[in-house]
Amino acid sequence: MASLWEYANPKKFIATSDRVLPYLGGLALVCLVVGLSWGFWFTPEDFRQGHSVKIIYLHVPSAFMAINVWIMMLVASLIWIVRRHHVSALAARAAAPVGAVMTVIALATGAIWGQPIWGTWWVWDPRLTSFLILFLFYLGYMALWAAIEDDDTAADLTAVLCLVGSVFALLSRYAVIFWNQGLHQGASLSLDKEENVADVFYFPLLVCIAGFVFLFLTLVLLRTQTEIRARRMRALQARERLG
Amino acid sequence: MTLTVQDISVARGGIAVLEGVSFTLTPGHALVLRGPNGAGKTTLLRAIAGLQSTLRGDISAPEGGLVYAGHADGIKPTLTVVENLAFWAQIFGTTHIDTALAAYELTALADRAAGALSAGQKRRLGLARLLVTGRPLWVLDEPTVSLDTHATGLFAAAIRAHLAQGGAALMATHIDLGLDEAEILDISPFRASAAVLDSFDEAFL
Amino acid sequence: MIALLTRDLRLALRAGGGFGLGLAFFLIVVVMVPFAVGPRADLLSSIAAGVLWIGALLACLLSLDRIFALDWEDGSLDLLATSPIPLEGLVSIKALAHWLTTGLPLVAAAPVLAVMLNLPPQGFMPLIISLLLGTPALSVIGTFGAALTVGIKRGGLLLSLLVLPLYVPTLIFGAEAARRGADGLDITTPLAFLAGITCGTIALLPFASAAVLRINLR
Repeated sequence: MASLWEYANPKKFIATSDRVLPYLGGLALVCLVVGLSWGFWFTPEDFRQGHSVKIIYLHVPSAFMAINVWIMMLVASLIWIVRRHHVSALAARAAAPVGAVMTVIALATGAIWGQPIWGTWWVWDPRLTSFLILFLFYLGYMALWAAIEDDDTAADLTAVLCLVGSVFALLSRYAVIFWNQGLHQGASLSLDKEENVADVFYFPLLVCIAGFVFLFLTLVLLRTQTEIRARRMRALQARERLG
Repeated sequence: MTLTVQDISVARGGIAVLEGVSFTLTPGHALVLRGPNGAGKTTLLRAIAGLQSTLRGDISAPEGGLVYAGHADGIKPTLTVVENLAFWAQIFGTTHIDTALAAYELTALADRAAGALSAGQKRRLGLARLLVTGRPLWVLDEPTVSLDTHATGLFAAAIRAHLAQGGAALMATHIDLGLDEAEILDISPFRASAAVLDSFDEAFL
Repeated sequence: MIALLTRDLRLALRAGGGFGLGLAFFLIVVVMVPFAVGPRADLLSSIAAGVLWIGALLACLLSLDRIFALDWEDGSLDLLATSPIPLEGLVSIKALAHWLTTGLPLVAAAPVLAVMLNLPPQGFMPLIISLLLGTPALSVIGTFGAALTVGIKRGGLLLSLLVLPLYVPTLIFGAEAARRGADGLDITTPLAFLAGITCGTIALLPFASAAVLRINLR
């Protein structure tokens, strides 16, 4: 059986991702269209929150992705540190802006939702605050990538930052819970059935989450390809200079 | 206390500059690296000093036996000459700085702030640092920059004394120091052929 | 190691060493606050603990880029990296020197500035204890940030962007302890968390700092 590490070869990665991309993109489109229209037009209104509940179909998937993108970056950074596969470092780099945008979407939809329900755009609630801090981590990570000229040095440094940042992000999460107990409702999705949203909201929500996952995969593959090609261009230019 | 370099390749900015460099440096000998600017002398010396990794090959340097001096002298302008030297002596766990001061005729300047020294005097202070470290193997990158003829003579004398004590020196310089013990290694033949990129960048082409 | 510490302290105290800059900055920040929020004593006394913590944190941040930048520019860092001192020891000493020249003076100045902000009398001890426990973590985390950005020209702003999110847990627990103290509440829980963070960062972060320094020197 072919090893997973074969895809660490940039050429092989580009060839394979080229084949996969149309399907992933298509799946993302279908899931998002089906999930969002199901959620927006074919679910009942919440008896307390009215139609404003429907923003859940954007809010929950983006919040879910905001965290998971960071975890994916952490895994990719670890792979880079341990096995030094360059594609994984570039994939981490490619994922960061997507994660940052997901965080912004989660924060913005949260604010829009919070206005009618809590009567305020923003509260210093533990969840909101944690997401804000996560966003700052994304910013720092991207800024460090952008600031360093040498590709390998940048990959090494950002990988360490990602590791250390993950620990501190976790610490911050517990710190803000301690700091303020908060308004935010419990998890919309969890293994504990009691806490979950009602089934009628649950299934379209799952479809939307699947859509966001596919969307993320599509974007990350595309961006990784771009990073690989940019890197290749720099390598070619370097060789040109050497003559 | 022998430095052995076997078939190493080094890269600068992701591009291999030297390939297949091999040499041996035994106690009592000096090796002078020659080559045009940009040939990779600094990169090679930094790799031997352990400041950067090699692409291939082995370097066996005596553990804890090496001291490196680069383009910058690492001198603190607000400390006096003696304080600068005493600091490095303490770091390397030695005490005798007087002989080092005398060897480079710095005794008269001992209490002057290093920031008030001329470029050549600073360089002499940087070279005096090698003497206080007590390390047998010196790795020097362009040690004679900004030294006048007299100071160059002091440096050559210091090297000679160091070799006589069983030390060794590896340096990149263009100046003929008049050292009979010194062998010369021209590194231009080791120039990386047809611009070999390091392994990763090759994977992209 | 001791030699490195005494050298760093001596360099900080000599002309242009930057000792006292952090302290002056702390003073200025605290003086600016009443201008911004108004001179009402009750308002000031309720925000005093938080203002002093954020002032101390910013003053600490301001002096971080000096930790490695000067040694990097004059080549000392290369020479130190090839010296018998392990890099982990080097970064720990650097953090200690930073704390002694920045953190400790801030702790000493805080009670004086607290008087100007009408901090309630029972809040002084908690403020000092929380700063004493928290500022070492600020120095150690800051050293990591400084090691990350050492090779970058004009990396000061980037350094702030990288370090501030890492400061969040320390700030939350430290300021929480100071605020609870000012309100006359029990402060053991936040202090315990703060001490935990400080111990954890001192024990583990030097390894990360040494690793990134090694990458940057290469």
